[in-house]
Amino acid sequence: MNIINIEHIAKIYQVGSEEVHALADVSLKIDKNEYLAIMGPSGSGKSTLMNILGCLDTPTKGLYDFKGQNVSEMSDNELAKIRNREIGFVFQTFNLLPRSDALHNVELPLIYAGVPSYERKERAREALINVGLGDRIHHKPNELSGGQRQRVAVARALVTQPSIILADEPTGNLDSKTGEEIMLLFNEIHKQGNTIILVTHEEYIAKHAARIIRIRDGFIESDERVPERYIPQLKVQEEN
Amino acid sequence: MGHFFFELKESLFISFRAIRANKIRTILTTLGIVIGVTSVVLMSTALKGMDIAFQDGVAALGSDNIYIDKWSWFDNTIPWWEVRNRKNLDLDEFKKFEELAKLPLAVSPTVWTNQTLKHKDRTLNFNMVTGTNHNYIQTTNLNFAEGRFFTQLESESSRNVVVLGSSVAESLFPRGGGLNQVITIKGRKFRVIGILEQQGSFIMGNFNPDNMAYIPIGVVFKYFHRSDFRSITFNVRAQNNAMLEETKEEAISIMRKIRGLTYDKENDFSINQQEGLLNNINQTTSVIKIAGYFITGLSLFVGAIGIMNIMFVSVKERTREIGIRKAIGAKRRTVLGQFLFESSVICLLGGFLGLAIAVLLSMVVNQFLPTSVQVDAVILAIVISIITGIVSGLAPAYTAAKLDPVDALRYE
Repeated sequence: MNIINIEHIAKIYQVGSEEVHALADVSLKIDKNEYLAIMGPSGSGKSTLMNILGCLDTPTKGLYDFKGQNVSEMSDNELAKIRNREIGFVFQTFNLLPRSDALHNVELPLIYAGVPSYERKERAREALINVGLGDRIHHKPNELSGGQRQRVAVARALVTQPSIILADEPTGNLDSKTGEEIMLLFNEIHKQGNTIILVTHEEYIAKHAARIIRIRDGFIESDERVPERYIPQLKVQEEN
Repeated sequence: MGHFFFELKESLFISFRAIRANKIRTILTTLGIVIGVTSVVLMSTALKGMDIAFQDGVAALGSDNIYIDKWSWFDNTIPWWEVRNRKNLDLDEFKKFEELAKLPLAVSPTVWTNQTLKHKDRTLNFNMVTGTNHNYIQTTNLNFAEGRFFTQLESESSRNVVVLGSSVAESLFPRGGGLNQVITIKGRKFRVIGILEQQGSFIMGNFNPDNMAYIPIGVVFKYFHRSDFRSITFNVRAQNNAMLEETKEEAISIMRKIRGLTYDKENDFSINQQEGLLNNINQTTSVIKIAGYFITGLSLFVGAIGIMNIMFVSVKERTREIGIRKAIGAKRRTVLGQFLFESSVICLLGGFLGLAIAVLLSMVVNQFLPTSVQVDAVILAIVISIITGIVSGLAPAYTAAKLDPVDALRYE
């Protein structure tokens, strides 16, 4: 079953008098429980594609169908609702609220979803336990290591039980061992039946996914299955 | 509804955290509102005090009184030369009037003169002295600290007795004990038979009972002036306020009869009443009020600009945070609400602080004006704070709400 179906999408920016085609013509189908990596050098349009996939931006042309809803013609508020309910974001720079503790950071999407306080706290706590941070729920981001911060972000992405997890260079700001731990976490999440879209420029990270899409100059250059997926072997450990 | 409530709670949470994170900045920003609200509350309190003071002054005059005089006190429509050429009102006319008037509770004649009052080495130069009769006290609201007013006998036989206003008594007898002492007025000896309670109404100036001495009217004409020296005024007190109009009508017809005026002649006397004074006062106070509120409004405006400025800075600083919130599902109105809420909370804090300062300062003001901060001033302060917060937060909050999430997330 297709979760995402985009057809002939284009994104054109007006820079001064010049038109920049960030995305020229992209068509793509993503199934439920896929583990997909989007690769491409900087300027290839992969960030633009990710923003459109994440409903942060709308395409200039083309059709974006998300679970049967036409996202390309949605208003700002409707997009906000889709982002809130259907999409979990994990960013390279974590993007946690610095003055809030882990629990509140994870709780935030539930606040915007209108979940009552008690249930919210319970679900946020559970999500944090699932990513191995059960003993860190009242720590603020600056009291956590990079890996722990990213795990808070993952917990935040998962807490609403979204249809897709959209991870933008999730290991970009982490050392390789910590990065590997995060990739292991994604692997687990995928195994639980989630759909993951990974945006990266690292071949090695992309190999964790089952399918790799390469973007260049606003077009899809290749779309192929990964013959030998790299399954991380490291056990998720509680960092102390 | 649930959404809205949770978002509101979150907004409150965010506001307090933002305020705590930028304590100094918030305090400095709030200062404008503090000053604004302080001046609003003080201004409204002072204006109310002024009103009360004027009303006290008017009340001392007696709200049920009319004053028949040659001069019109408040009406400037009659040319002054016509008024000047009117016949003076004299004691004979008063006696006729007193005889004919059936409706008034009391009537008394008054005449003013300025004289030097002395007791031993203490002197009051050019002090206002009222000459009147024993009924005077019934036409006023004056109360006695000690002693009494002059009797009919004392009045009619023009005895040398005097009743002193509180300030006059204090000046002549700083250590008290003025009752039954003898003072001199223009060298003539008078026995002090009564001292009035302090009235405390400052608006009447020389006519303030506190600064007045009262002697029988006959004495004025016996020692100080010829009986035609000046027109006398008839103080007429109605039985109650409802009877005021009738009493006035009766007074006019009696006066016309005494003066022998035919139907085609205008009144050659004036009926003065408190209403005229009130109109005068209202004109004065409304000018003061407009000026006061204008200045206050200006200070609030400056405060609001300060808040707006800092809210713009705050939005800029938190662009990334806004991006994060939008990415995970905050709607425009949520972000808008958050910043509006924050500016309102800042203003409200300022409002409460301003209110506290105003209450303290009003205790100082209370030394001059009979007033204190009223509930309506408190409500006014709170409402103004919230409105200022919303108005000054609107533009920054709108800027925040319409930020593009992609750009906001990329913002460093």
